Amino acid sequence: MATYTLATPLTEEVVRKLYVRDTVILNGTIFGIRDLTQIRIFDHKMDPPVSLKGAVCLHTAPSLKKVGDHWEKICVGTTTSGRMDRFTPGLMEKYGVRAIIGKGGQYQASLEAMKKFGGCYLAIVGGAAALETNQIVEVEKVYWEDIHPEALYQFRVKDFGPLTVAMDSHGNHLYFEIKAQAEKKLPEIYKRLGIPV
Amino acid sequence: MRKAYDRETTPTGKEIFRTFLRNVEVADGQDVLICQDTGLPIYMVKIGSKFSVDGARVSAALKEGANRATLEHPFRGSSTHPVTRVNPQTSVGEGLPIIYWDFVPENDFLDILMVPKGSGSENMSAMKMFIPADGVAALKKFVVDTVLQSGSNPCPPGVIGVGIGGTADLVSKLAKEAIARPVGSHNHDPLFAKMEDELYEAINSLGLGPMGLGGSVSTLAVHIEWAYTHITQNPVAVNTQCWPARRARAKIYPDGRVEYGF
Repeated sequence: MATYTLATPLTEEVVRKLYVRDTVILNGTIFGIRDLTQIRIFDHKMDPPVSLKGAVCLHTAPSLKKVGDHWEKICVGTTTSGRMDRFTPGLMEKYGVRAIIGKGGQYQASLEAMKKFGGCYLAIVGGAAALETNQIVEVEKVYWEDIHPEALYQFRVKDFGPLTVAMDSHGNHLYFEIKAQAEKKLPEIYKRLGIPV
Repeated sequence: MRKAYDRETTPTGKEIFRTFLRNVEVADGQDVLICQDTGLPIYMVKIGSKFSVDGARVSAALKEGANRATLEHPFRGSSTHPVTRVNPQTSVGEGLPIIYWDFVPENDFLDILMVPKGSGSENMSAMKMFIPADGVAALKKFVVDTVLQSGSNPCPPGVIGVGIGGTADLVSKLAKEAIARPVGSHNHDPLFAKMEDELYEAINSLGLGPMGLGGSVSTLAVHIEWAYTHITQNPVAVNTQCWPARRARAKIYPDGRVEYGF
């Protein structure tokens, strides 16, 4: 259960050091993505207009305001990652993304990709958007503005987190582990509630 | 939340609780949104028998209020057409906002409780029509299994609202009324209060923990609301509420005085 303060972009070497339950704090640049951003990349086959090599991607749909040419933050929070599971292997294999920040975790195919290419899933605290918005110093750039609030966002962040490593590059999956432990306890819990097994 | 922080025993769970509490401080201190998903607007309106009001005007005012909250304040426009998926960016639309009406004898005021409901938690809600032969055990199992399947998604630990009895529509409404109760309150009926305690203990024994990342606090409270049902029916519904469990209340008196609360 180590704590790491990391600067982006991330290298494979750094990501391979992380294990589930470690805490990560990020500094540098992270990219905001959502359902439609990735539908455009993978289903409409449009390459992202910026390199995502070593990138950290955040599952979000930010509330932003455009003032002149500049985008100002209003509220940036995190959305459920399960919906975007099918895109993560492609992000890692084709574009070199190293980490996904989200809530709720992803599934087997994403876990396999993390193992194969050196990636990880960092769980943020859901519903903590006030804090998250404060940790975003600046909206540096918005690519594909036509699909805002599901565009591709480049955020500069300071002390972003704490994030919990919930899926690592060694095949560990914290959500699966917690669920398996809970399932083991179920017969005893059912018994206490008078539920026939 | 502070009491729950004290009950949490794992380092990961403690860390997440500290983030919850810091987030509340930042949101309060800077007067900013606690969570970006301001949800769909749901109003629970209770009209006192000693308060005369034009219900149609209240309904129109609530719709306009939800609209203005979105256009003039940072309430996110999260309503959308279910087929075209076009978002009017107003938080309202056909069938929205959701307004539940009730009438209270003796009260001399209009009580409006607003419970915005984000999708992370609402998407994990479930309903099932069991049969009498399944017994009460099936209802309890359904609640525990639903919470386990939801895992991290509804941003736990929040409130687990349970509806028991009624019809398919009523049981779902009862579950929603259950999450709107003050956190940790008990049903007035001892039979259901006992069941709330049993389910609370059972769900916390699962070890899902804060944000489903493991820990001793998996839920803050289990609330049950119930109604009589048909002799051939045995319905149950679960409505999950996230940890911020947002609520706002206004009590409006005949002289125009308004009391705000939760």
